[in-house]
Amino acid sequence: MSNKTMTNEQLAKPELAAVHIDDDSGDLSRSEVLLKGALAAGAVYGTLAVGPFVRKALAMTGGSDVDILNFALTLEYLESTFYEEAKSRAKASGELKSLVNLLAKDEQQHVEALAGTIKKLGGKPVAKPKFDFPYSGTGGFLKLAQTFEDTGVSAYNGAAPMIKSKEVLTAAGSIVQVEARHAAAIRLQNKEEPAPAAFDTPLDEKQVLKAVEPFLA
Amino acid sequence: MADIKQLAGPQSRRKFLAVGGGSTALAAFLAACGSDSSSTTTTGTTSMSGGKSETAEFGKGDVGILNYALTLEYLETAFYAEVVKSGLFKGADLATIRKFGQEEAEHVQALTQAVKSLGGKPAPEPKAEFPLKDAKSVLELAGTVENLGAAAYLGQAANIESPEVLASALAIHSVEGRHAAALNTLLGESITPDGAFAVPADVPTVLKSVEPFIVG
Repeated sequence: MSNKTMTNEQLAKPELAAVHIDDDSGDLSRSEVLLKGALAAGAVYGTLAVGPFVRKALAMTGGSDVDILNFALTLEYLESTFYEEAKSRAKASGELKSLVNLLAKDEQQHVEALAGTIKKLGGKPVAKPKFDFPYSGTGGFLKLAQTFEDTGVSAYNGAAPMIKSKEVLTAAGSIVQVEARHAAAIRLQNKEEPAPAAFDTPLDEKQVLKAVEPFLA
Repeated sequence: MADIKQLAGPQSRRKFLAVGGGSTALAAFLAACGSDSSSTTTTGTTSMSGGKSETAEFGKGDVGILNYALTLEYLETAFYAEVVKSGLFKGADLATIRKFGQEEAEHVQALTQAVKSLGGKPAPEPKAEFPLKDAKSVLELAGTVENLGAAAYLGQAANIESPEVLASALAIHSVEGRHAAALNTLLGESITPDGAFAVPADVPTVLKSVEPFIVG
């Protein structure tokens, strides 16, 4: 129960299949479930053609700012753990090594900022889950990094319009822009278009729910 | 609604900032954007320009914000079109510039549509001229323009009323961020010049920066 694993059948991107999100308490919190959904939805993100001003919104409905921030925090925990590990695992050198260090630092700052904001709003930051990232070598690292960063951008873009506080919204915008910058830099490392489309598709509620369903007990 | 006003009000913002001990990064970020986020309240009392929104000259409410963004996107589109024609770039760099230019043109189209769908009149395309001396200075200008564009969107996000318009603006904002990071990479500069938290720019700052390129 505390070790739910995405399967290849459920995901368009097999490299995500073995990403574990473990929860010591035995129960997956709402934000962890949402995170799994976001990752899965992010994997199919490329297949969705979305007009920019189509009424599509919003990755979550009815969530409080604390809920949304905890969702973001879980995503940032994932990224910061991923890059922290990558310092020794990704076998990066030169320019890429500097980039990994930068991303690890940025994501850690996002974690601290989000946790701090949640507390200021009177909420309780979610505990850091345990993660297991299935990759080997620099190539595997870069591939997974690209998925995480692109997914992060879409998750923030989808959730941000639900935020009630203007301060929190601007803070989330400030973070998502940095995620987008990370995504572009990682994509350049992968010799891919840094900005593949004119609009970064948000993850909408339907996508997330559809993706989350298989993981709900 | 009460909680929104409470959080957006200047008093609670000070409180918000004051508790910042645990997270210096967030405190620094909020301090950095505090001055212009005070204009995000629609109460009029805390607004920077005497109760009017910063984008009032472009139209009311979301239309004004969209027209402000449209004006910037027109400039970016014109800039990239001139750069493509200049012959200063070839190969992969030219392909990147062409791609970014196409994306800016899509932003122009989308914003124009959005203004119309809100019943507004799209801002006219400004006449613009850009100094195109050599590849390096052009890339530097591109980097400046994109970083500014991203900061401009970020500066307006909290002012947008319609969730749909906000979702769309965010979908563009992060693409501007991608462009900026890619250009910074080409220039050998930091992909995140503001650090882990991007800093928004207010309307007067942005307009002052683009003024030199607008003719007539």
